[in-house]
Amino acid sequence: MKSLAELAAIREQMQDQVALRIGGKADEKSKVRAHVLVCAGTGCTSSGSHKVVEALKEQLQAKNLQEEIKIVTTGCFGLCALGPVMIVYPEGTFYSRVTAEDIPEIVEEHFVNGKPVERLEYKDPLADNKTLPLPETSFYKKQHRVALRNCGVINPEIIEEYIAMGGYQALGKVLTEMTPADVIQTIKDSGLRGRGGGGFPTGTKWQFAANSVSDKKYVVCNADEGDPGAFMDRSVLEGDPHAVLEAMAIAGYAIGADEGYIYVRAEYPIAVQRLNIAVGQAREKGLLGKDIFGTGFNFDIQVRLGSGAFVCGEETALLTSIEGHRGEPRPRPPFPAVKGLFGQPTIINNVETYANVAQIIINGADWFASMGTEKSKGTKVFALGGKITNTGLVEVPMGTTLREVLYEIGGGIPGGKKFKAAQTGGPSGGCIPASLIDTPIDYDSLISIGSMMGSGGLIVMDEDNCMVDIAKFFLEFTVDESCGKCTPCRLGTRRMLEILTRITEGKGEDGDIEKLEELAMNIKATALCGLGQTAPNPVLSTLRYFRDEYEAHIYEKRCPAGHCKKLAKIMIDPEKCKGCSLCSKVCPVNAISGQVKSPFVIDQEKCIKCGTCVEKCRFGAIVKK
Amino acid sequence: MALTNEQLEQYTAELKAFIADHKDIDGPLMPIMQKAQELFGYLSLDTQKIIADALDIPVSEVYGVATFYAQFSLQPKGENIISVCTGTACYVKGAQAVLDEVVNILGVDPGQTSADGKFTIQDTRCLGCCGLAPVMTVNHDVYGRLTAGDVKGILEKY
Repeated sequence: MKSLAELAAIREQMQDQVALRIGGKADEKSKVRAHVLVCAGTGCTSSGSHKVVEALKEQLQAKNLQEEIKIVTTGCFGLCALGPVMIVYPEGTFYSRVTAEDIPEIVEEHFVNGKPVERLEYKDPLADNKTLPLPETSFYKKQHRVALRNCGVINPEIIEEYIAMGGYQALGKVLTEMTPADVIQTIKDSGLRGRGGGGFPTGTKWQFAANSVSDKKYVVCNADEGDPGAFMDRSVLEGDPHAVLEAMAIAGYAIGADEGYIYVRAEYPIAVQRLNIAVGQAREKGLLGKDIFGTGFNFDIQVRLGSGAFVCGEETALLTSIEGHRGEPRPRPPFPAVKGLFGQPTIINNVETYANVAQIIINGADWFASMGTEKSKGTKVFALGGKITNTGLVEVPMGTTLREVLYEIGGGIPGGKKFKAAQTGGPSGGCIPASLIDTPIDYDSLISIGSMMGSGGLIVMDEDNCMVDIAKFFLEFTVDESCGKCTPCRLGTRRMLEILTRITEGKGEDGDIEKLEELAMNIKATALCGLGQTAPNPVLSTLRYFRDEYEAHIYEKRCPAGHCKKLAKIMIDPEKCKGCSLCSKVCPVNAISGQVKSPFVIDQEKCIKCGTCVEKCRFGAIVKK
Repeated sequence: MALTNEQLEQYTAELKAFIADHKDIDGPLMPIMQKAQELFGYLSLDTQKIIADALDIPVSEVYGVATFYAQFSLQPKGENIISVCTGTACYVKGAQAVLDEVVNILGVDPGQTSADGKFTIQDTRCLGCCGLAPVMTVNHDVYGRLTAGDVKGILEKY
């Protein structure tokens, strides 16, 4: 693309194609009267959204409506728990848990007769089960979408749709109206901090790289989102890949780089595919490559795949991996801004950080800085998971409280259970107990209570989850993923795991807690990279808020949550048991027996404590103790 | 699955062509090994030697990289790949019981292949569909909201 006029022409021409979705009117000459947006993110694809799309195509053909009703496959809408989801515009009807079998009815009733299918419409449980327009539902009301602005709105595989939404305008503005120093100043003024977890000021990082003198510099995108239970970056890549490409080109201009790398997890096949499509389309349009907008600026991007090593999310390990080695971290300094990829000055930012950049350029630093708290500006995307009703993806202004996220947006804890703790920051983070539920979510507040923002995984735990077991789970993860380069991490985390395993098996001893604390402090102080330095955090944080659970395991040989198998016993309450025999049918090891209509019993020798019977019992007669 | 001689020859030719195209990019080793893993399903010593020779690096370097990353396998895998997600969201919702049941039925540990060569079990960190937790996949089929009791029925389909 040789000029901004070409970009403007595409935008103008495409307006009609997206108008119906964003509250505008379709061109009168256009035959299209409705857009059906179907989520094609990983969550909904796993729930079968591709079958819904196939059925929709078929049914629309059968009714000869294919020219009037346009199907748009998009990225994530956010409400993954209710997938597959679809929205019909202009009316904004929001259908949830749609299956291919529902499609004939939707096509007949909604598109032929003009009446939405009420039984499939999303009903807001926090608003008396009313059917509300999407932006007014409790799930969406408090959200503010900046990084996710196009997710669930555009088809990420069509570059023109991104352009129609104002895409690549920021790159155009930067290349034609701003100096590199202006760009860096704008990012600094916006207060944007790294969304990968550390929270380092993005503008300052860019400044360091700009100051480094070299013929060759690199811009790297860290898309190796490894925290289990976190899928913010994946959703951005799946729903709006061009936002990342555009921001990387802007960063390239700001620091004087002409080449970028995106290092993405191979476990994200849909994201990888859409990134490759996006890079191809951007090259074809001349938005990547030589002489972009006729300004003489060159920038191109390569996509590189990870191969399943968590440590590669650490920036120096990631760079080592791109270079084609074992992904082991390197000591810092020198920082990547001075000596990074292939020994050259490099900036490395996370996907979500990049997703904010173009918006900051277009709307200004003040606009971005007006959102959030004093030291944490803008919004943050969270992946809500675990024991929460609305599992999914949410984006809220920094400073929103945990209570608002869990109970208003998240819809609360299912099954009437009690909230125990929320875990943020994955294996590097900590937990927030119920007593601190009104903590505002921002970088500094979370650090002050012993957790951390992390990349945005937010896992909710209820009274049935054992906190010692959760700490053990994260340590198992770290031990597995420790690269082995430095001793504190390789051996120290293993020793900690051994102690935790003993405790959960009822073999804990007096002094174990103190040993854990001592090891934790030493590992934090001496490990080489972020993975090791933060690995003890889940233990320290659960010890801080749930020390009584550790003590119950060690001194009373009891798991208060009834989770730890070696300490747990599953029993049938003969008073409550109706003798329906369901438990004996679902038991995978045939440990339950009895006569129909009289109380059943569990053979404790055979029982593997899987808990299937507890979940299936309709009378609440089976309990874990 | 054992490869026939014909397949071996064909994949080796494909790999060599891929190497010729990619050996001059910066950091060529990982993309080439990923291609080899995709073609053969695993990285035999012979495959590692081909790569090392073509890039003029020691085999030990290729082997070092192969053993570092979880996605490279040194052994052929079973006919069907079972991945039980043990990411945090699945774990807090009972994924361990599901994985235990898979192990119990097949009689081999995660990372191994059943005696009949039919299944390889993997415990995977986060498949990314946390809304369906706990989740397992068999090849490309996704099964969500599982309990241990569902496992037997699922495995019988394969």
